[in-house]
Amino acid sequence: MKNLKPIFLCSLVILALNLNAQNNAGLKLPEGFKATLFADTIGSARHIAITKNGVVFAKLMYPNKAGKSIIRLEDANKDGVADKINGWANYGGTGIYVKGKDLYATSDNDVYLYQLNDKDEVVNPLSPKTIVKGLIAKNQHASKSITLDGDNNVYVNIGAYSNACQEKDRTAGSKGMMPCPILDSAGGIWKFSGTKENQVYGDGKRYATGLRNVVGLDWNAQTNSLFVMQHGRDQLNSFYPTLYNDAQNAELPAETMYELHEGDNAGWPYVYFDPYQKKKMLAPEYGGDGKKEGGENALNPTVFFPAHMAPNGLLFYTGDQFPAKYKDGAFIAFHGSWNRAPLPQEGYFVAFVPFKNGKPSGEWEIFANGFSGLADGEKVTNVRKVKSRPCGLAQGPDGSLYVSDDARGSIFKISYSK
Amino acid sequence: MMVKQLSILFSTLLFFSVSANAQDLVKGKKIYETRCLACHQADGGGVPNMNAPLDGSSNVVGNNIARLVKIIRGGYSEKIALDGYYYNNVMTANPDLKDEDIANVLSYVRTSWTNKASKVTIAQVQATKGKK
Repeated sequence: MKNLKPIFLCSLVILALNLNAQNNAGLKLPEGFKATLFADTIGSARHIAITKNGVVFAKLMYPNKAGKSIIRLEDANKDGVADKINGWANYGGTGIYVKGKDLYATSDNDVYLYQLNDKDEVVNPLSPKTIVKGLIAKNQHASKSITLDGDNNVYVNIGAYSNACQEKDRTAGSKGMMPCPILDSAGGIWKFSGTKENQVYGDGKRYATGLRNVVGLDWNAQTNSLFVMQHGRDQLNSFYPTLYNDAQNAELPAETMYELHEGDNAGWPYVYFDPYQKKKMLAPEYGGDGKKEGGENALNPTVFFPAHMAPNGLLFYTGDQFPAKYKDGAFIAFHGSWNRAPLPQEGYFVAFVPFKNGKPSGEWEIFANGFSGLADGEKVTNVRKVKSRPCGLAQGPDGSLYVSDDARGSIFKISYSK
Repeated sequence: MMVKQLSILFSTLLFFSVSANAQDLVKGKKIYETRCLACHQADGGGVPNMNAPLDGSSNVVGNNIARLVKIIRGGYSEKIALDGYYYNNVMTANPDLKDEDIANVLSYVRTSWTNKASKVTIAQVQATKGKK
């Protein structure tokens, strides 16, 4: 009997691996795609980055049980499941980005730069270079997301520490401040050098403003421009019940994608985007009533999505593994809503938007679903009970798509074969 | 005779206190739905990392009523560590709620879902004035 035990355990492991492969790690995917649970319970995995050798790095919102907040994952035997996992650093954060042997990671205040060796192991885990320091972080929308352009500039989201720039945040009847003073130091994207050390606000440049909070962002190499996903404002019904009922709040405002160029303004806090009227509406904190338009000089979204779904990851797909329709298109990881209550929540999936010549070329669609762990078609009503919440996206060197989840702490690897 | 009168008096008192309590919870639920549910959710579970849960929360079922009253009245804007997790969203202040409303909503929250703490009386809410 004793001798049987290892065999029994082995069969269980094989069975688990088979189940994992058969059921696509619980995900629902388009035909021809399959998924593996690349890693599980590694901690609150926010954004992820992958080297040319296929080594995955995940940034955790909080240090995990082992006290680590940057996790290195390697799949040495190439079975779609990470088999070498270790970590370092003790600060929470969201942003991570790899360029060659340079690994950038963020806390809620700073941007750090680590060096990788030829095996993509970190050389200086305890002594990264500090690239940017002292950015504003006041609890709300404090996380810093980053991406780089082709010229070693780093773009940092500095989220607004407010819902709608009211004199008293999230308070019924409190007016919007005019002009909104938050926009001087937050509520936008800042551009810094990716190589200069110890930069502060004055060394950078406010690249684009009027963005309440951005978590998902990506540099599009084809258009040579920055794309971001904004988290739209909350609680129109809570603070303006005479103008917006629960059902209207559940659908207002749209979650929006913008293509940004230097000096752009997306309009927060003065306007929000109404997906039905397809217009920028004056926010009620600034005299709006759901009918008055505003933001004449503000950007229009490149694409818009249902409200409150919390787009946390954006990735333009440049690989050759997926079918041709996915080439150059955008994947968006929707963390999932909470502010649609008392109506059922939405999101908790990865969406796809086809692009051609740098512009959307079709409607958005759900690409990967089932993260919540609920039965097909069942809506999330208890956010706390959701199994996985998609957060970060990264593309492997073979063209596979990786999705991180900060609820259960898993990473899914999605691949395609004919 | 005296005993009988007293027992009638007590039954009457008991009847009124029970019915008053029942009404408290209905009113409390109504306040919860209009003021609290958007963030704390219908199941009282909150939203991980953002809005603190009320169901099963040590703060909510604990004995520090003054702290709960203060948070409901004045809102809360600090990052809060609770039962091993952090929550960072801003809670709206409710300066317009009367002592009775606060007692009702706290009673509802402390006895709903899996919570089985004591109800909160108006006197308890009033007694917290000036306390931190």
